[in-house]
Amino acid sequence: MQGVKEKAIELLRSKSVDRVVGWKAGEFFYDLTPAVFTSVPEVEQSFVWSVFCAANLSKYLIAESRRGGKVAAFLKPCDTYSFVQLVKEHRILRENVHVVGVQCAGMCDMETIRSHGLSAVTSVAEQDGALRVETLYGARTLDRKDALGEKCRTCKSKKLAVYDELLGEQGCDEDNGRFLEVARIEAMTPEERFAFWRGELSRCIRCNACRNVCPACSCETCVFDNPDSGLRNKAAADAFEENLFHIIRAFHVASRCTDCGECTRVCPQHIPLHLLNRKFIKDINGLYGPYQAGADFDTKPPLMDFTLHDPEPSQAAVRGGGV
Amino acid sequence: MQVNSEWKPTIVAFCCNWCSYAGADLSGTNRLSYPANVRIIRIPCSCRLNPMFILRAFQRGADGVILCGCHPGDCRYTTGNYYARRRMTLLFSMLDYLGIERARTRVEWVSAAEGAKFAATMNDFVQTVTALGENRRLEDLRCKA
Repeated sequence: MQGVKEKAIELLRSKSVDRVVGWKAGEFFYDLTPAVFTSVPEVEQSFVWSVFCAANLSKYLIAESRRGGKVAAFLKPCDTYSFVQLVKEHRILRENVHVVGVQCAGMCDMETIRSHGLSAVTSVAEQDGALRVETLYGARTLDRKDALGEKCRTCKSKKLAVYDELLGEQGCDEDNGRFLEVARIEAMTPEERFAFWRGELSRCIRCNACRNVCPACSCETCVFDNPDSGLRNKAAADAFEENLFHIIRAFHVASRCTDCGECTRVCPQHIPLHLLNRKFIKDINGLYGPYQAGADFDTKPPLMDFTLHDPEPSQAAVRGGGV
Repeated sequence: MQVNSEWKPTIVAFCCNWCSYAGADLSGTNRLSYPANVRIIRIPCSCRLNPMFILRAFQRGADGVILCGCHPGDCRYTTGNYYARRRMTLLFSMLDYLGIERARTRVEWVSAAEGAKFAATMNDFVQTVTALGENRRLEDLRCKA
């Protein structure tokens, strides 16, 4: 997608917005970080649009939309779902945001690139749909599909839920088997499932990155910050606490989680946290009908709604897992 | 020193004030027996049950947790148990997904008039959990005496 940086400059130059939320380089060229730009020179100097722009910018709009003036944000299809969900929850002031929808071919991840045996990567650039990876030991060309991060490999939709203007084409829903891994775990015995999750969750260092990045985790006071909870910002001491933190976090965002995949992307310990959220999404789809959080402005999240003839928890044991 | 060391599970039963809690009372006045290792905690409505309570119960040594509330349609607050039903369905499914056996968690609708059902439910649940054995998957070792 060309013209993202140019669009940011154009919007600021014409004074149609006061600020632009975009990305700038972090410590390395591949760990781009969200940033707010207020002037054209700033954008010219440090705005970056590359194959590593995976960060979801919608959470930043909670604060930015309340600072006065108009703010523009570049949202990829998956980010627009988080945006709609937050508008629905009255967290983002919609009228102060100019959404520039950006169509996306999937964002790359350095870990995935390295898994192809590449090391000491000095630059990654897109060339005619392929990725040219320069390393200290020479250059190689990768298919973009082979360099995608987890959240993009199982992309749910290229359709933007909302936009004020669009760069690229509107896309449509995709099926990349995002529930296959959940189904694989469901098919295990309880012992195997327990062993699998122990192996994953025991790596948790309670850095709270998953909570901080999650657009759905935007409570002003979080249960995990409550000094009386005994859980405040402390390293998980044992198996119970590791489970507790992740069960409660997944439960608090259940039915509001749009499956943007940010939790897994930012986890420094590579815990597949999206598998917890997707389990809830899969259950909700199977038990209460297909639901995509953030797809529209007016439906109620399934956990804030009910019908008179919902399945009983005991029946769900049979029905939930199989759907 | 334990001489009779036959293991008995610890069961935490969260009971709605308006129905199951009175149902437990009724089973007592009717002289129906249910196991003494069921610890009843009274809550104002089944939807008061925070998922954290269930995890906390397991942390502090419960081997099974059961929620008893009013039959759907009979909630004192009209709709509380409908919300509780959806929440518990998803939570229990998640616990199962993490390898905590589904039989350790249960939801049962018991009205104030169903003393017999209360006793039968508790007897059955204690039997199920006894067969499963001690909860080792969601316990906090520091909380074990």
